[in-house]
Amino acid sequence: MTDQAFVTIKNAAKSFGALQVLKDINLTVERGQIVAIIGPSGSGKSTLLRAINELDPLTSGEVWLEGVQVNKTLPHRQYEAHVNQVRQDIGMVFQHFNLFPHLTVRGNITLAPRMLKGLSEDEANKLAEEQLAKVGLAEKIDEYPSRLSGGQKQRVAIARALAMKPKVMLFDEATSALDPELVEEVNLVMKQLAEEHMTMIIVTHEMDFAASVCDRVLFMDQGVVVEEGPPSVIFENPQEERTRNFLRKHLSR
Amino acid sequence: MGLDFTVVPDYFGMLLLGMGWTVAITISAGLLSFFGGILFAVIALYGHWALRLPFRAFAFLFMGTPLLLQLFLIYFGLIQIGIDLPAFVAGVIGLGLHFAVYNSELIQASILAVDKGQYEGARTLGLSRGQTLRRIVIPQAVRAVIPPMGNNMIALLKDSALVSVIGVAELTLAAQQAISRTYRPFEFYLAAAFCYYIINLALEAGLRRLERRIAASR
Repeated sequence: MTDQAFVTIKNAAKSFGALQVLKDINLTVERGQIVAIIGPSGSGKSTLLRAINELDPLTSGEVWLEGVQVNKTLPHRQYEAHVNQVRQDIGMVFQHFNLFPHLTVRGNITLAPRMLKGLSEDEANKLAEEQLAKVGLAEKIDEYPSRLSGGQKQRVAIARALAMKPKVMLFDEATSALDPELVEEVNLVMKQLAEEHMTMIIVTHEMDFAASVCDRVLFMDQGVVVEEGPPSVIFENPQEERTRNFLRKHLSR
Repeated sequence: MGLDFTVVPDYFGMLLLGMGWTVAITISAGLLSFFGGILFAVIALYGHWALRLPFRAFAFLFMGTPLLLQLFLIYFGLIQIGIDLPAFVAGVIGLGLHFAVYNSELIQASILAVDKGQYEGARTLGLSRGQTLRRIVIPQAVRAVIPPMGNNMIALLKDSALVSVIGVAELTLAAQQAISRTYRPFEFYLAAAFCYYIINLALEAGLRRLERRIAASR
């Protein structure tokens, strides 16, 4: 079974014990599309994002990336090998950056390409320089993460994910942990990726950013997609009461 | 009979040789305890139960019995089952394993304290569990325990005096030999103590440098 769409999520459900956090979610993302997932905390939006790369595997349902099922049922060893392989195609950026503090910026970026793609030291260094230049941090290549600001850390984390040449990038509240004045530099990098037609799925609390960058917005609440559509509809003319309530609280801030 | 330190310089060479052996034992056993500690920590946390259970018994044996007894067992006891180790090797194994068990406790706690985000960051890039452990978790866990592990190294240096009883000509035994010729225990034990102090200062300076070097990468 293959699908036309680039990323497909079918009948996704997930429970933690008796708590059902995702209920029958369907989502398709075309190549180059940028989708924002918004919603109150506890709505399941991060869980959905983390299901895409098997960080939080679904209880039932399917996740497909370019004709490959990500959450295949396989014997343990084969499953591990499969997941390690598909994750190379799925970049992820976290709220708390998750940079490796014991490695320099260069080490953070070159580790996975060298270990998993067999790049030579020279190739990996060149790659690190390119990716850092892209996020505007070429001069920080030999710094340790502890010497960087939050915004710089997040840009390095984006460069690290991009160095694996992923097919899709997942952003899990990438700017939520940043001081307000540092948000913009990360948003700029994400906008630049959007202009390069990187496929992106973005969980965010920033409605302005979602409205200006994304092709499509999903509003989630209590484990279901309440409403989805282009930002112009979701933000300016939402059809569902729950969406209106959420936006009223969020936009009035 | 008064104190007479003028005899000490005559045995300077002997004491210096003893110091050399003490340093050699401390470094060898220290390295064994470092890498052994990492290995034991991984076994204790991630090993198959068939490996983990014997390891627990082994760890209990090393933590719950006197080091002196362990040295006797390794040096004199093992001969009976055909394992005749040179005294130096037996001393390094005894000291090294003893402190490896203590280091392993530190490293285990430190591995468990590594942030969950570190695993997620690494696994998301496509690293396997083993690669994540080897390249991300253990290096961070080890950096975090350098200061308390340094204390274990200082304890190891002092406990290295125990291997004199199985005949390794380290500093304490060298002092005893000098005493048996001169009958001047106070002077030579004090001289030996001074030598230990010198080694200790060097060890602490080394540890401080190491801590400073890793400070940025934590």
